[in-house]
Parts: sequence; C-alpha cells; structure tokens
Amino acid sequence: MTLLDMSRSLRWFWSGVTGADAYDRYCAHLQRVHPGCPLPTKSDFWREKYAEMERNPKSRCC
Amino acid sequence: MSTQVEERGDGVRVYRNDPNLPPIAVEEPHTITPKGKLLFGLIGLLGAIGWAMIALVRGENVNAVWFVVAAICTYIIAFRFYARLIEYKVLQPRDTRMTPAEEFENGKDFMPTDRRILFGHHFAAVAGAGPLVGPVLAAQMGYLPGTMWIIIGVVFAGAVQDYMVMHMSIRRRGRSLGQMARDELGPVGGWAAILGVLTIMIILIAVLGIVVIGALAESPWGVFSVGLTIPIALFMGVYLRYIRPGAVNEVSLIGVALLILAILAGGWVHEHDTLSQTFTLSKETLAWLLIAYGFCAAVLPVWLLLAPRDYLSTFMKVGTIALLALGILIARPVVKMPAVTEFASTGTGPAFAGSLFPFLFITIACGALSGFHALISSGTTPKLIEKESQARMIGYGSMLTESFVAVMAMVAAVSIDQHIYFAMNAPAGLTGGTPETAAAYTNGLGLVGPGGAALANIDPALLSQAATDVGEKSIISRTGGAPTLAFGMSEVMSAFGGAGMKAFWYHFAVMFEALFILTTVDAGTRVARFMFSDAIGNLPGLGKFKDPSWRVGAWICSLIVVAGWGSILLMGVRDPLGGIYTLFPLFGIANQLLAAIALAVVTTILIKQGKAKWAWIPGIPLAWDLLVTLTASYQKIFSDVPAIGYFANHDKFVAAKEGGKILAPAKTMEDMDKVIRNTTIQGWLSIIYAVLVIIVVLAALAVMLKALRSGGLPTSEAEDVPSKIFAPRLFLPTKAEQDVLDEWKEAGLDPTPVGAHHG
Repeated sequence: MTLLDMSRSLRWFWSGVTGADAYDRYCAHLQRVHPGCPLPTKSDFWREKYAEMERNPKSRCC
Repeated sequence: MSTQVEERGDGVRVYRNDPNLPPIAVEEPHTITPKGKLLFGLIGLLGAIGWAMIALVRGENVNAVWFVVAAICTYIIAFRFYARLIEYKVLQPRDTRMTPAEEFENGKDFMPTDRRILFGHHFAAVAGAGPLVGPVLAAQMGYLPGTMWIIIGVVFAGAVQDYMVMHMSIRRRGRSLGQMARDELGPVGGWAAILGVLTIMIILIAVLGIVVIGALAESPWGVFSVGLTIPIALFMGVYLRYIRPGAVNEVSLIGVALLILAILAGGWVHEHDTLSQTFTLSKETLAWLLIAYGFCAAVLPVWLLLAPRDYLSTFMKVGTIALLALGILIARPVVKMPAVTEFASTGTGPAFAGSLFPFLFITIACGALSGFHALISSGTTPKLIEKESQARMIGYGSMLTESFVAVMAMVAAVSIDQHIYFAMNAPAGLTGGTPETAAAYTNGLGLVGPGGAALANIDPALLSQAATDVGEKSIISRTGGAPTLAFGMSEVMSAFGGAGMKAFWYHFAVMFEALFILTTVDAGTRVARFMFSDAIGNLPGLGKFKDPSWRVGAWICSLIVVAGWGSILLMGVRDPLGGIYTLFPLFGIANQLLAAIALAVVTTILIKQGKAKWAWIPGIPLAWDLLVTLTASYQKIFSDVPAIGYFANHDKFVAAKEGGKILAPAKTMEDMDKVIRNTTIQGWLSIIYAVLVIIVVLAALAVMLKALRSGGLPTSEAEDVPSKIFAPRLFLPTKAEQDVLDEWKEAGLDPTPVGAHHG
C-alpha cells in the first residue's frame, strides 16, 4: 500500500465519521434509486440537512 | 423469494436470497482452530500477568503500562468469547434479513454505512466527558477497585447493554429506547421510562455544567480560550453556509488551528495584568454565563453553532484520546496511589461521600455501564448498519473502546502526587483554599504510598509551584474531575515537549473537555425541549407545541428546560459543600437507573421470545445495577449519616439553624439556608428517580411473568425482509467472507452499492 493509498483511506474514513461525505453519498443514492431525478445543489443539500437536524435533535452522550 | 443455502465445506454455509446474485450471508463454524487456541491462550496469559501485576504484586513501583495490558487483553478475550456467546446463543443475528438501513434507505438518516466508519461514528457519539470524570473521582479509593469495575463492568454489563439494545432496535426498524419500552412494557412502564429519560437529561446537563465551571472558575487562561471557541464555531458555521458549503474537513482543520491559537493566546492573557483580572470569573458568574449560553445555543440555528462545534469536538476527541494513549505508552508513568485507600471502607473520602459499595459503582458510570448509550444504540446507529451481525463489533466493540478511555483517565489520575490529588479534589470547606491550609489538610490525612510506607509531609510551596507550572493561580479545591484529569494529562503529555509544555497541555485538556460538555449542554437542551414539547402537546389546547417549527413554542420550551437545569446548576455552584460532592452521586444514580430501564426492556424481550434460559446475560447486570442504584438511593434518602443522607444533612442544618448556630462548611446564615434548601431538592430528586425506575422494573417483571406462564409472547419485532447486500462482520473479512466479496467483484457488482466504498 503506497502513502497515497493510505492518505486516501484515512480521508475516506474520516469523511465518513464526521459526515463530510453526506452530499456525495446522497447524490449517489439518488442516481442509483431514482435515476433522472434532479440532484440538489450542494448548498441546498446542506441547508436541508441542518434544517433536519433542527427538527430532529439527536442526543450526545456524557 | 426464498433463501437458498449452499454448503462450502469446513462447516461454511453461504446464503442467497436471489439465485442470480452472489451470496448475501456467510455462516461459519463456532469452533476455534488450533492456531486460534494458541493465540488466545497467549493473550489470556499476558492479560493474567497484567492483572497479577496490578492486583497482587502491587509493591512500590507499579507501572501504568500494566493497566493497559490487563485492559486490552481482557477486552480481546471478552469480545472473542463472551460477545460471541451472546451472538450465537442469544441474539442470533440473521444476515439474510434486511436491516432498517437497507430497507428504508433514503440516502440520509437511513443508509447502509461501511462498518469501519460506523464504528468510528458510533464511538464518537457515545464517548464524551463522562468516562474521563468518573474514574478521576473514584481514584480517591485507590486504583484497584475503580479499574476492576471499569474492566469487569464493561465486559458483563455496559457492552452487553449497548450490544443487545442495538440488536433489538435493528429488529424493530430503528425504534428508540423509549418507543421500545412503550411497545414491550405497556403504557405505564413506557411513560415512566420517557419521563425518566427527560428528568435524567436535566440532571446530566446540570452536573456536566458544574464540571466545566469547576475547571474554568478563577482561571483567566481557561475562560479566555474556551470563550474563544464560540466565535470560532460561529465563523466555521458561516464559512460552511456561505463560503464553502459542505467543506467539512477543510473548515474543521481551520477550526482546530484556531483552537490551538486560542490556547496559546490564553497563556498571554494569563500573564497580562488587566486582562487576567477581566477574565477571572467566579463560579456564580460562570453559571449565569453558561445558562445564557445554553439558552442562546438551543434557539440559534443548528448550522451556526451546534454543527460546527460538533465537528471540532469530534476532531479533538479522537485526537486527544490517541495522544493520551501514546503519551502513556511513551511516558510509562509509575502509579502513586495505593491499590486501595482507607476511604474505600470508611466512606469519608473528600471527592465524594460514601463507601465503596455502592458509591464507587455509581461514580464510575460511563466506561463501565452507561444508560445513556442505550439512547444512541437505539435509534441512530441501527438506521446506518449494513448487517445485523455487525452489531457485535459496533455495539460491544465501541463500548470496550470507551472503557479503555476510562482506564486511561484512571491512569492519569493515579499517577499524580497524592498530596496534589487530594488538595485538588477536596472541597474548599476542607482545604481552606490556600496552599498553607491545603498542605496542612493533606499532611493530616495520613497518606500512604502504594507500598504502604507513610508519605512525607509536603511544603505549601509544592502546591503553589504545581499551579504555576500549569499556568493557574491555584490548583486547590479544583473539584469536578476535569482539572485533575487535565493535570494528570499535562504530566503524561510532557513526554511531548518537556515540562515547559505543561501549561499548554493542561489547557489543551481543559479545552477539549469544555468542548464536549458545551456540545452536550446544547444538544441535550434541544433533545429535552423536543421531548417536553411533544409531551405537553398531548394536553388539550396545547397541541400547537407539537409543531417543531413554531418558534414561539420552541423559545418557551427552551426557557423551561434551561430553567430546569440552570436552577440545579446554580444550586450546585452556590452549595457550600461543593456541587460535585453533593450532586455527582445523583448524576451517577440517574445514569445507572437509565441503564436499569434499558436492561429491563432487553430482558423482557428475551423472555417474551422464549429465551428465558439466556435471560441471565442481561438479567445479572440488571440485578446488580438495581442493587447498586437502589442501595445508593436508599442511603441518599434514609441514611442518618449527614455526609451521605440528603435528609439527614437537612435535619442537621435545620436543627443548628434553630439553635442559632452556623455549621461548617457554611459561613453565614444565608449559607445555612442554601444547604437546607438544596438538601430538600436533592432528596426529592433521588426519590423521583428511584420511584420511576421501580415502576419500570415492576412493569417489566409483570410482562416477564405473563410471558413465562404462557411460554412466550409476541414482541414488536418487524417481519423479515430478504436482504440484497453483503458485508463482512468484523474489521477484517474472514477467508470465507473474502471469497464471497471476490464473487461479487467477478460478477462486476458492488456488494453494498451505497455510498463510496473502499478497501
């Protein structure tokens, strides 16, 4: 495994844990399940995502 | 569509739901290979040596590395054998079945997520300030009882709870603990559980608030650098919304760099004459600031403050835990605390009152058994998991990792000089608050070293020097656990950068604990508000409260929730006995009682499913947890020792007041009134928690009896839907799993076609 592969793996892992890849994953989901459905813009997607967090608050642990 | 089985030799079976697709599940024999036997035998032996070194050999020089060895070896053996027993015999996951993530996939909250990512995600959601604080306080009883409870407790109680709750929520379309309680225990038990969760949330926020205030009071460095996290988070929020939407990693790196600058700037403020006075705030001022902050944070939009600070918090959490582990391995500190101190039996320790049983077991909640995890394990993670069988790695495994964090906190606390430890953790009423009085206090404790030799008396200058080293004016009576942990970490971390870096590492640790706690305050207030508005929305005429987008309602409910925890917080910081000393037990009791609710739900479901034979697995931790928490509640309510019983203390102060006397640690008649009022409220809170849990457990017992009589009852388990995806169960695929992965690859298909996959 080269250094580049390792840094790519780390980035993949970290983006998944923090949820930074949410937009890409949502677009991939739409294209696979609802092909032809228009994709939201990045900015709209994140606005909606935070609005959803506002409606359904999640607890953090102690 | 029916499931097809294919035998592959050596006891390996693969399953297909669609004959045209590669297999979607692999079943392997439970037997262990000779090579495996040797490997696990060696791990067991190493673990036994670790335990012998800390429990039996003891001596004058116990190295903290043995704690790490004993813990990790025990975790590996428990994960391989006990968790596997639970998997094969009790929960019996079926990978041919869709998980809620696959069934209801919507690309957002329901979405199959790579197991390795989900492990990190779940761990980040469950680990907070709790596992760092409890062990530090419990260290007053010596290193051994706390360490044993953290490790044995997690194996048989904490990880079992998390794993079983997660499995049962997966089988119920990702329902939350509260919903499962209502479905399985009936309306009375269900409502008591929901009310319990709500009230427990309030006390949790208040106690964590007291912890953070204990670290920031009279500390200009801490106040300034933690205060700067608010503008940093606001900047990140605006950046993510208007400048670079979705650039989460980029903005987090900028944020972390700014945080480091904030810590360094705090050092400059500490040195500056005027600024250091401006940022020297009393506990009460800080409490009011935290209350104002909590309200604002809960009504501001999520994107502006909560979400960006959450990213920072995740970065700091993982980074600091990794640094601490590395620091312990490099510095290999020697333990300074005896295995067991006299406070374990006398119950007169200064950090918290009461003897080892039951109070040690409620002081260390997170890390050994934490009821709060049941809220994350149900609801959130089940909606993201690919396969049922992955719950062992994610549920049981994450909890083991949190337990390891607690062991490290214990190591950091017991490697501090004992005089410093007790000077930091005794309330000001005992230490007197100055180096001279504090040194006289700790010299009078009759402290002994790990080998039993009496410790030499210290000079007050040692305490002043220790404070100067970490950039604080005083380290005396800095209760709450966070400052002690920060102090211990600064000693361990001086492995990186030498003693000159101590002040930086101390404030780095304070910063990261404050970040966790502020996030919990904010998120907890929102969740409690949501539950509260949902509950009062059921009352006639108040239906409008159910609408979460009604701003006025959100403001009113936020105000009520903040008033709830704010009043307990103020009560704690004004308490002449010291808020942690009186309230931390209540926090532990609340958290453990939530665990009792979760374990009662899980045990009921097993008995309903006709698995009464295995009910001991969650049943023993349930019985133990009830014994501990109800004994503690009983003592808090009925004990006639004023240091332990809330009402006994109340009566003592009332009698003194009537006689016109002022009792220490109160200094004025006003203080006397505070103690009288606080002890009443604390006593009644203990009664409420105990009654709620007794209701839930009785409701559960009634259902269990009914199920036993009729030989099982239907549960709310959702019906099977055949799965179409494949994923391995542990971090690394087994040989048979790799073969199946290769088949998918050869067919040109992705075994889990959701999201970007890797490796």
